Amino acid sequence: MALLAVEDLRVEYRTSRGAAHAVDGVTLEVREGEVLGLVGESGCGKTTLGRAIIRVLPRNAGIVAGRIIFDGADLAALPEPEMARYRWREIAMVPQAAMDSLDPVYRLGDQFNEVLMITGGQSRAAAQARALELCDLVGLDRRRLAAYPHELSGGMRQRAAIALALALRPRLVLADEPVTALDVVVQHHILRKLRQLRAELSLSVVLITHDISVIAQTCDRMAVMYAGKIVEVGPTVDVFARPRHPYMMGLQNSFPNLLRPQETLIPIEGAPPDLLAPPPGCRFAPRCPFAVDRCVTDAPPLRELERGRWAACHRAEEAGELRVQAQEAQGWRVPAL
Amino acid sequence: MARPGPVMAPARTAGGDGPLVVADGVQKYFPLRRGLFGGGAGDYLRGVDGVSFVIPQGSSLGIAGESGCGKTTLARLLLRLLSPTAGRIRFGGTDLSTIDGSALLAFRRQAQLMVQNPYEAINPRFTIGRALMEPLIIHKIGAREDRLDRVIASLTQVNLHPAEAFLEKFPHQLSGGQLQRVGLARALMVDPIFLVADEPVSMLDVSVRAGVLNLMKATTRSRRLTTVYISHDLSLVRYVCDTTMIMYLGTVAEIGPTDVVLTHPKHPYTQLLLAAAPVPDPTYPVPEIAATEQVPTPIGPAQGCPFKDRCPHVMPVCHTTTPPLVFVGPRHQAACHLYEATH
Repeated sequence: MALLAVEDLRVEYRTSRGAAHAVDGVTLEVREGEVLGLVGESGCGKTTLGRAIIRVLPRNAGIVAGRIIFDGADLAALPEPEMARYRWREIAMVPQAAMDSLDPVYRLGDQFNEVLMITGGQSRAAAQARALELCDLVGLDRRRLAAYPHELSGGMRQRAAIALALALRPRLVLADEPVTALDVVVQHHILRKLRQLRAELSLSVVLITHDISVIAQTCDRMAVMYAGKIVEVGPTVDVFARPRHPYMMGLQNSFPNLLRPQETLIPIEGAPPDLLAPPPGCRFAPRCPFAVDRCVTDAPPLRELERGRWAACHRAEEAGELRVQAQEAQGWRVPAL
Repeated sequence: MARPGPVMAPARTAGGDGPLVVADGVQKYFPLRRGLFGGGAGDYLRGVDGVSFVIPQGSSLGIAGESGCGKTTLARLLLRLLSPTAGRIRFGGTDLSTIDGSALLAFRRQAQLMVQNPYEAINPRFTIGRALMEPLIIHKIGAREDRLDRVIASLTQVNLHPAEAFLEKFPHQLSGGQLQRVGLARALMVDPIFLVADEPVSMLDVSVRAGVLNLMKATTRSRRLTTVYISHDLSLVRYVCDTTMIMYLGTVAEIGPTDVVLTHPKHPYTQLLLAAAPVPDPTYPVPEIAATEQVPTPIGPAQGCPFKDRCPHVMPVCHTTTPPLVFVGPRHQAACHLYEATH
């Protein structure tokens, strides 16, 4: 059952050189009680997509088309005062670099009170009780509520940011790079905590990251994003075992695996396209070793190939064969066009 | 009074496995500034707390550990950007703390640094051509008219084609991956024998990381360049380093051949790091980790094993005695009381 359905969403940034289509026709579902991973490289639009869902886009960006259906309502069409009722209460965000997003001049407890009392309309007593409960929930020492953010370690600040997001019992949490820049042991505990919270609170989580190993160990399903488009969707286990899109194959090739050190890493040559003037066909075609004429002229739609498995590639039916070829480094030397 | 003397680095063509760098009890304490109300007086932070190791010529050493473990401080000590408060570092037989003047300039040429953020490494107002020319001018290398050829050759070597097209570009016109290649080209410009790379790819996108790593691996091997990689990422260390050194709170927890340390870790801290490291495979079971994530403070005097507060195997002796590094296998050492009896 879908808690959130994004339909053909388009987000544009107005720049001095024209409109950049950061999110360009994205269709995606978040199911109840799942952790959905949204993975892609810098500039692919994953953060913009997250911010569009909760409608906190930068001033020069806006939703230009599409729908964001949450609980029967189209969030994309709601006037701001109505949208404000969804933030924190229904959908909350753990922003990128959340550990630096806490206000440095307020004690942690005061920041909890602000959300609970001003946004949530709770009494001081209720807010204080809830703050203690939230600390226990995320594994933060209750005494830390009296601390200023700079007195906490990165891991504790990240926990505090997660606790804040959970303050008003949202049903959906958008976590943008929740463990980036944290040490591995801290990372491990925070990701485990996120999964645990999902189960305990029957929460849905969208985990936005550039790191496929974080996705592998945390997410039930995953969506791969490239240059403003979703290129592959499916259960995490299946996307890793049988990637259908060459970009996902390339990501796997280029990612070092501690357990399999002998393999030579194969980079994806080239760079993502300029979103101000994207190529007419498949956006990955200039870097794709398997591109055929059609890929250069026609943009492949995101198609459901089998139940729950989506890919946007003209050659998705040949994926089995392409996966074998993708293991060869030579294949990825794409000639400059 | 330090006596100036030439840095006697072995010739790169010698091909022997003699050590290029020998660190002996290296310690770097940072005094803590007296606070506004007098607090903190006399305290110090133990950045690097007595480490000893050897880097054979032409080999690559990976230094890994959590943030604050002292790995970057150690890198700066190895490059004499900092001076140790105790112990010494010998580079090609010469104590680094004794050199100055022309010998120091010679060392600055032989030892090069690659930093994490390529956008910070290159002066944004210099063209790429100018940025690469700079070290040649400083070290008076080559005749003026040959320098441009050297710059073009170095760009070609780091796979930036066509090299001429990059000469007039500014750093902001390049992608992170391209700029990190320029960073490597610049470090190699003066023909160094020692390269320290501090988190060289952690700012780069995954798909371009592999290209930079492959390039670094190939270039350093073909030049028999002695290399130190500082990284928090054990999978990167595993991919590029011959030897792995795990640091914890300024000390060496474990050191040995990379394949041994990362497949048969002896120190409980190495075991913890490996268990926590994420693996890009959803079928791999995520292990249970009991250890707390909190690293103790490196301020003030140390007692016992630095890892004792997080260690699942902690024993009474760990609270009183600092474990020395002992051999736990061929060329493999760990600083843990668990292994003293067997030695």
